[in-house]
Amino acid sequence: MQSDAIVPLLLTLKVASLATIFASILGIVVGKMLGRRRSFTRDVAESLLTLPLVLPPTVLGYYLLVVLGREGFIGAWLMRTFGVSLIFTWQGAVIASAVAAFPLILRAARAAFSEVDMQLENAARSLGATESEVFFRVTLPLAWRGVLAGALLAFARAMGEFGATLMVAGSLPGRTQTLSLAIYDAVMAGDDARANTLVIISLITAVVLLIAAAQLLQRTRYSKP
Amino acid sequence: MTFSVAIEKKLRADRREFLLSMKFDSNTDVTVLYGTSGAGKTLTMQAIAGLIRPDAGRIAVDDRVLFDSAMSIEVPARKRHVGLVFQDYALFPHLTVSQNVGFAQKRGWRSQRLSNRETESILASVHLESFAHAYPSDLSGGQRQRVALARAIASRPRLLLLDEPFSALDSELRAKLRAELIEIRRRADIPMLVITHDASDVAAFGGKTVHVDNGSVIE
Repeated sequence: MQSDAIVPLLLTLKVASLATIFASILGIVVGKMLGRRRSFTRDVAESLLTLPLVLPPTVLGYYLLVVLGREGFIGAWLMRTFGVSLIFTWQGAVIASAVAAFPLILRAARAAFSEVDMQLENAARSLGATESEVFFRVTLPLAWRGVLAGALLAFARAMGEFGATLMVAGSLPGRTQTLSLAIYDAVMAGDDARANTLVIISLITAVVLLIAAAQLLQRTRYSKP
Repeated sequence: MTFSVAIEKKLRADRREFLLSMKFDSNTDVTVLYGTSGAGKTLTMQAIAGLIRPDAGRIAVDDRVLFDSAMSIEVPARKRHVGLVFQDYALFPHLTVSQNVGFAQKRGWRSQRLSNRETESILASVHLESFAHAYPSDLSGGQRQRVALARAIASRPRLLLLDEPFSALDSELRAKLRAELIEIRRRADIPMLVITHDASDVAAFGGKTVHVDNGSVIE
């Protein structure tokens, strides 16, 4: 009983972690590219990139199938070049979760970057820093709290991802069946004991993560101890 | 040492228009840009430092042209070697005093070593050696001002720009730091341009004074 509840938990953590890492890297890069100045084009771009958050996950799943499926332009290319398909794989689940979580980190990162005092970035420039040095030595270190908050939301979203994952990766026990899919599966099968165990595991994981996050976010005081 | 500034920039905000039209040069060690707030002093300083781009004109320090609209020359801020002391100091809050001062020395991905001899000696010159590992938030206004000055000097600038360096300090401290600044500048031998709206600064610094009002120099 316990051991087969561990499998979906580990799979969920693996999928959600990787999805958060990919979504974070992309979200930070795009958030930086969108910049702090607002303009019509930038706002339209941000709105389009936020779509995965507001669209029903099944719509997202449908589009991912269109793109990643055998007929899709990325799916067909992957098949031709590497002979692999992402459909019904845990890697496919990572992509579905990453796409669903991406808008959260993008919006958080862009907001966090634009809250950094521009004067500090200018000070760095006048001290000889290149634009990438300004970003890595001033902007990102000062914005990391907001970025991390976004990454946590992204992780939570990735952990709870259901609809898109189901459509792209299916619900194959031990392979693509994450916690949320396993809970649904258990309830549908009338296995209340298993559903209970999985729900409690989800709950504990979420609480542990929230406490860890609060600790992390608290630890930055720029002051002598 | 000489520098010359002749720039124009039109700014628009809330349907009001402001025309910055600055033209002055100097060949003294200390130049004071004096005028009321809103006269365009800070904009001029930002243009010299390369943080804003004038619509037209020319900026040169010694024989080095930093900006020339006619010849489409625009040296980026990081290559201008102009040291800035911001009005609100703009110290990096996430770095210690010695990391702030050593900022210009650390390049690329290398870790920010805590302190090297040069940073130490610059900190000593502004009497902050015992605060090397403190963060800006632990410091008083006067100490922050000294860190900002030390950080600018440590980047070995060819010209030092100070924007209202004492406006955030009380008058007693102002007089003390002013004397310190004059002494530090002389030892570092870097020409400087000071922005102020305070007539007592003008008297204390001597050198050349450029009066500014409503975006232009008045004779």
